[in-house]
Amino acid sequence: MSSWARWSALFIAGFCCSLAAASDYPEAVLDIGRPATAEEVSAWDIDVRPDFKGLPAGSGSVEDGETLWLEQCALCHGDFGDSNEVFSPIVLGNVTDEDMTAGRVASLTDPAVVRTTLMKVATVSTLWDYINRAMPWNAPKSLSPDEVYALVAYLLQLGYIVDYDFVLSDENIADVQALMPNRNGMTMDHGLWSVGGEPDVVGSACTRDCDVDTTVTSFIPDYAMNAHGNLKDQVRDYGPFPGVQTAPVSSAVVESQPAEAAAPEATLMANGCSGCHRLEGALVGPGFDAIRERYRGQDVADYLTDKIKNGGSGVWGSMPMPPMAQVEDGAVAELVGWLLETN
Amino acid sequence: MSSDEVPHQGVLRPAPESFLSGELISAISRDGIDHHRRGLLRGAFGAAVAAMAGSAVASDPDIVTPPEWSRTLGKPVATNPYGLPSLYEQNIIRRQSPGLTQTDQASVAFTPLQSMFGMITPSGLHFERHHQGWVDIDPRRHRLMINGLVDTPVVFTMEELMRMPSVSRMHFLECGANTALEWGNSAVPTVQYTHGMLSGSEWTGVPLSLLLERAGYDRRAQFLLAEGADGSSMTRTINMENALDDAIVAYGQNGEMLRPEQGYPLRLVVPGVQGVSWVKWLRRLEVGDMPYAAKDEASHYVDLMPDGSQRQYTAIQEAKSVITAPSAGQKLQTKGYYCITGLAWSGRGTVTKVEVSVDGGRNWREARLEGPVLPKMLTRFNFDWVWQGDAALLQSRVHDSTGYIQPQRAELVAVRGTRSIYHNNAIQTWRIAPSGEVDNVQLG
Ligand code: HEC
Ligand code: HEC
Repeated sequence: MSSWARWSALFIAGFCCSLAAASDYPEAVLDIGRPATAEEVSAWDIDVRPDFKGLPAGSGSVEDGETLWLEQCALCHGDFGDSNEVFSPIVLGNVTDEDMTAGRVASLTDPAVVRTTLMKVATVSTLWDYINRAMPWNAPKSLSPDEVYALVAYLLQLGYIVDYDFVLSDENIADVQALMPNRNGMTMDHGLWSVGGEPDVVGSACTRDCDVDTTVTSFIPDYAMNAHGNLKDQVRDYGPFPGVQTAPVSSAVVESQPAEAAAPEATLMANGCSGCHRLEGALVGPGFDAIRERYRGQDVADYLTDKIKNGGSGVWGSMPMPPMAQVEDGAVAELVGWLLETN
Repeated sequence: MSSDEVPHQGVLRPAPESFLSGELISAISRDGIDHHRRGLLRGAFGAAVAAMAGSAVASDPDIVTPPEWSRTLGKPVATNPYGLPSLYEQNIIRRQSPGLTQTDQASVAFTPLQSMFGMITPSGLHFERHHQGWVDIDPRRHRLMINGLVDTPVVFTMEELMRMPSVSRMHFLECGANTALEWGNSAVPTVQYTHGMLSGSEWTGVPLSLLLERAGYDRRAQFLLAEGADGSSMTRTINMENALDDAIVAYGQNGEMLRPEQGYPLRLVVPGVQGVSWVKWLRRLEVGDMPYAAKDEASHYVDLMPDGSQRQYTAIQEAKSVITAPSAGQKLQTKGYYCITGLAWSGRGTVTKVEVSVDGGRNWREARLEGPVLPKMLTRFNFDWVWQGDAALLQSRVHDSTGYIQPQRAELVAVRGTRSIYHNNAIQTWRIAPSGEVDNVQLG
């Protein structure tokens, strides 16, 4: 077996990429690095778990939270946590009493309802942990533990989970957990946690006359094609697949070419060009729109005259253009003038 | 559609005057070209070529007249001490999707897959996804701490990490929300926006298992928390199984240090797992006995199912593929031969086969895989196609080493609905119009 084949066999057997264990290296490797001091660990170990391990002692009232919120958070999240300006809303009134009792927010199934943080999050620790480490967005890690308690309390009150006179603390936060509206809304019953997990959907292996519906049910309408800017400018323009022009051609360009002549369709027909070329889009040969685009502003009249008279291939693909030597010089000049907009 | 036939290679030669009969030309002008007339045309070309072998040909001015670059002294070495792409490639860049996010710091810039080759993403084109902007950290002041269920909490400097045994592995990196916009309908106009939160790089660093060993991790621990040093201090729970298998604490990317946007000087690499878990600016790892329900695994990166439940701790990126060219927003210029090209990958193992359909999934033929085909890495595929100028529906489908086959969108949506945001690995359809224009469509 070649060494490549042996490797492939190993890959398939699933030993593909496990990295070496420590025992494969000289023991001195394990001398690198140093023990962390207790002070260092406590400075960085700021995470708070769903069982509240890591939560510092402290407390904060809804009332204090409201003041802090209006000073430090409302500009981005709105006075009531309902703004969609900077980020999706944290709170909106989409939670019912039944949801609170069940611990499942029913409106999550309703596509018309905006999914807010309080509708989705099952664990109150998440809010505490995140505000503490990352908010305010422009000045993260500037809040004291009591301030974080107060802000979490305020958000909970906005969501009708606690009352206005509530004071949240490390001692009662577990009771609040039992009130979280979507506390029973999460599942780990899926195959995407572990590399060996069971997939929920597997495709078909069919390769011939497969029973699929090929009706086009969705596409991007013309008016939206330019929403991401002119696609023509986002692709390499000389490869086999240049980009589609989606931006309207600017009026300045149009004005500077008032003489842009109508296509000399009669000449194209009379000389048999139309059999292979359309004004727009490829047929046997490239579309005249693509040809005009490609040579716009270039000094290639002689080249194109030559190409029309003598034919050739390889510029647009392997299909040859036959020599059109029977076409009168005047007609060729007219066509080239039109193609290069110099008429 | 018969597409196996390779067309006659055209030759640049003149033919006698009116080698096409007037009758044929007017029949083509009147009724267009059909199979019969195409045959006649071919015959006529053949005859013309045979008759006129050796005569004068139309000349290409770029060959006949030496261009300016052939008549000049070039620029000195190290004009750009850190090299830059050609002037003519300046539109091949990362781009944002307008209106997708409300700010530019909690946002994403997508990789221009439509213009790229092979399996490696140049570091400067690697997509960006940040939650609180990006930072450029002084490596001399950066530290990695390992704590939690360990014998000794330990701290490493960058010097120490870079002194340790290093490994280099090629892996894909895909955001869990890649293709999220396409769950409900065709929403964005090019593959850059549908699939551009995807990259393939060579990552260099220390095996995570070795660092965990150094700290003396608790053998029963099943979870690891990874935490960043930036403003967001992003945290994610990592499955210990992945951590011990092939995860890397990486400082190198494609032969140089990580780019700041990719977490300079240190990031976690968790092969096969969604990008959000590859914590950037990595400062801390905590060994634990329960998952952490961090903001980005409790409010986001949870997959909403049709029954209203949210799948939490979804991590693995299942097998997926996409045709990168021709793709939406591009245009075929003429009929004839094309090399359809794309990427395939699997977070559970190795790509074993890619098939391509040009008729919306009714019939499939196998594509060529470009080697090396590596586990949990992008695989480039190529497929020969002769376009006859008809409308076509292009799709690609990947099989991986676990036997998994990439599903059609309808199959995925039947189980997961259209609102789960994450982990959309459905087969992508590109429609080719007779004009040659390609757009993004969904079927059935
Ligand atoms: C400058 C704007 C700004 C300010 C000020 C701000 N936030 Fe935020 N907040 C954000 C952004 C943006 C996000 C989303 C970040 C991301 O994408 O990860 C966010 C996310 C959050 C979230 C998580 C929501 C979710 O579902 O992910 C909470 C909770 C939150 N902020 C609370 C606060 C609190 C409390 C304050 C005041 C102390 C505050 N924010 C101040 C911009 C701001
Ligand atoms: C039998 C088919 C056929 C007919 C008839 C035909 N063409 Fe073409 N034409 C082609 C093909 C195929 C090409 C692409 C050739 C190539 O790739 O170099 C082409 C290319 C061209 C080009 C672009 C040349 C270049 O190098 O970019 C021009 C201009 C053109 N044709 C003009 C005409 C005109 C004017 C007529 C009528 C007098 C005409 N063609 C008749 C097939 C045809």
